Amino acid sequence: MKRSSLRWNTALIVGGILTALLIVTALLSLVWTPEVPTRVRIALRLKAPLEAGLLGTDHFGRDVTSLLMVGAWNSLAIAWPAVLLGAAIGTAIGCAAAAWKGIADEIAMRASDVIFAFPAVLSAIMIGALVGSGPLAAVLAIAVFNIPVFARVTRGVALQIWTLDYIAAARAIGKHPLKITLEDVLPNIAGSLIVQVTIQLALAILTEAGLSYLGLGVRPPNPSWGRMLSDAQTYLSQAPHLAIAPGIAIALSVLGLNLLGDGLRDALDPTLRGREG
Amino acid sequence: MSKRFLAAALLFSVSIAPALAAKTSLVIGMPIEPPGLDPTIAAPVAIREVTWANLYEGLVRIDRDGRVQPLLAKSWDISPDGLTYTFRLQPGVKFHDGTAFDSADVKFAFDRARAPTSTNAQKQIFAPIDTIETPDPLTVVIKLKEPSGNFLYYLGWGDAVVVAPETAENNKANPVGTGPFKFKSWTRGDKVELVRNADYWQKDKTKLESVTFRFISDPQAQVAALRAGDVDAFPNLGAPELFTEFKKDARFKAVVGNTEGEIVAGMNNAKKPFDDVRVRRALMHAIDRMALVEGAYSGYGQPIGGFFSPNHPAFVDLTRVVPYDPAKAKALLAEAGYGKGLSITIKVPQMAYASRSAELLSAMLAEVGVEMKIIPTEFPAKWIEEVFKAKDYDVTIVAHAEPLDIDIFARDNYYFNYKNDKFKALIADIAKTTDEKMRFAKYGEAQKILAEDVPALFLFQLPKLGVWNAKLKGLWENSPIPSNDVTDASWSD
Repeated sequence: MKRSSLRWNTALIVGGILTALLIVTALLSLVWTPEVPTRVRIALRLKAPLEAGLLGTDHFGRDVTSLLMVGAWNSLAIAWPAVLLGAAIGTAIGCAAAAWKGIADEIAMRASDVIFAFPAVLSAIMIGALVGSGPLAAVLAIAVFNIPVFARVTRGVALQIWTLDYIAAARAIGKHPLKITLEDVLPNIAGSLIVQVTIQLALAILTEAGLSYLGLGVRPPNPSWGRMLSDAQTYLSQAPHLAIAPGIAIALSVLGLNLLGDGLRDALDPTLRGREG
Repeated sequence: MSKRFLAAALLFSVSIAPALAAKTSLVIGMPIEPPGLDPTIAAPVAIREVTWANLYEGLVRIDRDGRVQPLLAKSWDISPDGLTYTFRLQPGVKFHDGTAFDSADVKFAFDRARAPTSTNAQKQIFAPIDTIETPDPLTVVIKLKEPSGNFLYYLGWGDAVVVAPETAENNKANPVGTGPFKFKSWTRGDKVELVRNADYWQKDKTKLESVTFRFISDPQAQVAALRAGDVDAFPNLGAPELFTEFKKDARFKAVVGNTEGEIVAGMNNAKKPFDDVRVRRALMHAIDRMALVEGAYSGYGQPIGGFFSPNHPAFVDLTRVVPYDPAKAKALLAEAGYGKGLSITIKVPQMAYASRSAELLSAMLAEVGVEMKIIPTEFPAKWIEEVFKAKDYDVTIVAHAEPLDIDIFARDNYYFNYKNDKFKALIADIAKTTDEKMRFAKYGEAQKILAEDVPALFLFQLPKLGVWNAKLKGLWENSPIPSNDVTDASWSD
């Protein structure tokens, strides 16, 4: 902890740049896109990149660049709330399990195992049947999928903190477990949580694309990377750019967030920091 | 070395042997699985596409050119007043369960179809019937209450096939008819298998030993199945953009045929704002049908302005009645009180033509200030339940595949909720008109009423994009009636 708490590494830099690009693109799409993304221009359908717009046009003559930009926003708009919701609930459960242990811990962890057994796509179909398939179902499904992930991670690191001497001292003088959790445990595990949020975001973007591909996520005509891929399928031989563009967008976003997560772990994780000291 | 050569030669001869004898099995691909196998109790086209002319037969049939031909009735007389039809039946016809076919079966089948409790989808076929008499086992005399211009033609439909009293109840799951193929098995979600009926009354009519109908909804999977040879023919390929590739491939025959299917976006005419003709016309004005055909069906398909097949001699091109004119659309919407915008929903079945058209319609309507939200639904089960029966919808989109079905707009309680007494009276009048020229003129009038009143958004005529193995012969290129008649199908080597 000499100059900065962050130590820069390649993964962090590359990941940071890619993620920043994703976020900037998404935000930019709110105020500006090269074309109106939903505008149909049949005369310009299936144009190759640079023939009409930077990345060409799709089967309705819509501008692929604009679709990708708005798609980035839609992707984040589902992934962010979903991961944050899952993280909030999961962290609360994990902290509680670590603080009270015993039977509460057992119940929380076994319940997590049960939820963990359902893939996000399956939960999305079930939730879709309950609340109607669409963006809300996608958010809830991804959130539910994230709860056990955060519960486990939180419990694991929190348990380590609870074994520390000063926590034992705090307990000895009668400090309430909730107070200990909020004032001592959470700040200490924040780094691990941030790393986990980043990695789960990558997974959430991938899941959202998968759900939209299956028609369970963002509703048409609102653009989504997943649906762009599914629309592109039958045009693969005529207009391969329709599949390549969203494919690369998804790959770069997921790669960026994963690298950022790895980079942050290397930079923030106290255990690694001690070793390299 | 010589041993190896011998082994190779053996292997070669083994692999070539089956190709020498002509193939006698056929696998037909279909996009939608039928909900049952009895065409006399339910509407879905998929039922007819498996059963009509293959499993079941009627007194007459429609041939590949849309003409009426004798089938179970070898001949008939019509009295000069057009009220008495005397059918002479084919002797020696047996149902698949071995029981003989006679005039009593015809009477039973028609009485069952026109009974008040019947769920027959085309009751108008039987509505003019007064009495059915069976003077002897091979004669049926049908007396009509009033002349019916399309009576014989209608009797060729799947809804009027002859079923036996002993087996009719179970035809939904275990169909028994008089056709050239017998039902073998049905693996739900996958396929229906038929085998040759050895006792068929037209000896040696069919060359195939077995026919399998496989249900593949995903267009990409349809293409893969064709390429891999898992499916020999897809009479209605789901993805027009993939059709072009087959045109270039010598292993396949790719044929653009016509169908009787009009793709329309039906509106709930009883519901606000669709009860206002200005709104309906405004929506129609907002739609560029040429662009729609291009975008949704790669340019195959003919724009329509009314609800009538362009293949029919009485067809009138009415696409100019409510043409593409966004400015007019906006003006009409403003006049109807929706100048500030309108928000509606469309329930869209999973078929590619429907979801693509819906997305395009939504984009075109957005240009005139109408926000149309897309709600996916599933065809047929969920769509029938929500839209067709419960009428819980604003707008929907589906192809109406039956020929000469303009009368659906005259039906009470049909899903459009459309009520127009003038049109209803005209349709009733047409049914009674036996003079062809007069009838066609009246059909023209009926088309004009609909084109002006726009009870549904008339979009385009669905083409039949058929792809099949180049060695396969005898499949229908056009679809004058929804069917996959494989009676004449055979392999060329």
